[in-house]
Amino acid sequence: MLVDIQNLRVSFATRTGTFEAVRGVSFKIGTEKLGIVGESGSGKSLTARALMRLLPPNARIDADRLNFDGTDILKADERTMRGIRGKRAGFILQDPKYSLNPVMTIGRQVAESWRQHKGGSRKQALEAAVDLLDQVRIRDPRRVCDLYPHEVSGGMGQRVMIAMMLAPDPALLIADEPTSALDATVQAEILRLMEDLVSKRGMGLILISHDLPLVSHFCDRVAVMYAGHVMEELSAGTLAQAKHPYTKGLLNCLPSLTHPKPRLPVLTRDAAWLQS
Amino acid sequence: MTKRLNALAGLLASVGLTLLGLVIITFLIGRVMPIDPIIAAVGDNAPQEVVERARLEMGLDQPILMQFFHYVVQLLHGDLGRSILTKNPVISDIARYFPATLELATAAVIVAAIIGIPLGVWAAVRQGTWIDQTIRVVCLAGHSVPVFVLALISLLVFYAALGIAPGPGRQDIVFQDMVPHITGVLTIDSIIAGDWDALWDALAHMVQPVCILAYFSMAYITRMTRAFMLDALRGEYVITARAKGLSPFSVIWIHAFPNVGVQLVTVLALTYAGLLEGAVVTETVFSWPGLGQYLTVSLMNADMNPVMGATLLVGLVYVGLNLLADAVYRQLDPRVR
Ligand SMILES: Nc1ncnc2c1ncn2[C@@H]1O[C@H](COP(=O)(O)OP(=O)(O)OP(=O)(O)O)[C@@H](O)[C@H]1O
Ligand SMILES: [Mg+2]
Repeated sequence: MLVDIQNLRVSFATRTGTFEAVRGVSFKIGTEKLGIVGESGSGKSLTARALMRLLPPNARIDADRLNFDGTDILKADERTMRGIRGKRAGFILQDPKYSLNPVMTIGRQVAESWRQHKGGSRKQALEAAVDLLDQVRIRDPRRVCDLYPHEVSGGMGQRVMIAMMLAPDPALLIADEPTSALDATVQAEILRLMEDLVSKRGMGLILISHDLPLVSHFCDRVAVMYAGHVMEELSAGTLAQAKHPYTKGLLNCLPSLTHPKPRLPVLTRDAAWLQS
Repeated sequence: MTKRLNALAGLLASVGLTLLGLVIITFLIGRVMPIDPIIAAVGDNAPQEVVERARLEMGLDQPILMQFFHYVVQLLHGDLGRSILTKNPVISDIARYFPATLELATAAVIVAAIIGIPLGVWAAVRQGTWIDQTIRVVCLAGHSVPVFVLALISLLVFYAALGIAPGPGRQDIVFQDMVPHITGVLTIDSIIAGDWDALWDALAHMVQPVCILAYFSMAYITRMTRAFMLDALRGEYVITARAKGLSPFSVIWIHAFPNVGVQLVTVLALTYAGLLEGAVVTETVFSWPGLGQYLTVSLMNADMNPVMGATLLVGLVYVGLNLLADAVYRQLDPRVR
């Protein structure tokens, strides 16, 4: 088991008391692809970040169990965590415009990631970076190595991000809305690339998104989150048989070309869902 | 290529305009001040005909535009007029006083940056902890205690009571005029002359005024560095860097810090320019013969040529440092290249 989360809670101390953003999330994943969907603010990012212990400093984590590949994340010291981050689990953020360092060349950023966990000389690392950029299907990788992030498109930036996170051969890739900031035309391309690389390398994938059909297309299983809870976990093929009214609601809200509706329904929420 | 040429032309035009503005302002300072330059030159009790002769000699009977034209022509010949007080050409006075200020300001800004930048980074990284608080109090003191208080206390303790610091001035009497005057910067001149005793003496005299000036500049640099770093540390690329498994040191110094370089350069340039104006109070307490003292004494004696000359120099320093800062941050930030 790569990831084993049992009853994860993330809370923030605020002026008016504590605010619980993640309220008892549980799931397990091996070398498979799990999608996490849910509306904005449902706690998807915090769940993913908790797994790498990359939460904001004012956040508090609690869990009955929070294991990564046998390591207890809650008890691990910072050194152990640094061995997990990057090396065992890669983390792709939403917008390459902000998640790549603007004053460092792309080549250096990818090389740094490789060298951090594999050692070797600067020259070797740069060669490895060129090879990695080639693997994420960037044409003319040698030229791109010398570019700065602002000089490449969003799609290219996200390819760089993927190359950087795959550099140390991690066992798990966490992607937090990796295509939300991209043009619709490149979204599928990037997802397919990621899926392809993950399958080829036999890795696990956690793909966070708010696009339920898209996620179900690329993942084996889907966890639907709402207000800090996992409402329902389904295998991707059985979305149509979703039981939970929230999941049904999400599916219902999609515009469809084959069965057009005069007006999209409004998503209903029920406080009773959070009781169980 | 044409883009570069255009940029260069734009730069030259803006520098040209700035310089013209500077010269106009300096000129106006000399004319608009409620000081009669003739009386300042010939004295209160001069007979009417002497006053009249001086007026003609100084060209003050001509229209103002003509006067301005003459002033510019004079400047282009490197002539800043003569000081009534010292009887020397202003340009040679400045050549004597400015190196003293340059030496003090350069040392102070280097010390301030070396201490202030890491302190600011540290405060930002430890935001809200007792380390941050302590650094803040230290900086607050730097801002709020008047210079002369610190300077006097320093002289009292280290010179008068403990006797471990040299007294006021740039040199001990024994070293006066011992090393040949080449740059006017005593430390450099001593090194050129190979006179290590003189060098040691010059350095010893610098310690107190440099520390006091550096303390004030450091307070500012630390505060700004902290603010810039807090902003940089909130960046998404910092999360990326941490997600790569980098050490805190790399995350802070290799990823976050280079992103504040541009803003820091501006702060350092402004701090340095401020110091190069000459710190009147510090220079006075330590009897440091610098530009600040020269400017103040001239102003108080209504000696306008030195005032105009020194003002022009300070303006030039600002223009020069701005250009330098511009060039440096073109190097630091790929986005503005
Ligand atoms: N540093 C913080 N301090 C206080 N509250 C926070 C902080 N970060 C996140 N939250 C709260 O936690 C909740 C969940 O945040 P999270 O980022 O996990 O949402 P998300 O599901 O990823 O949403 P999105 O789709 O918008 O990215 C939000 O309601 C947010 O307001
Ligand atoms: Mg999110």
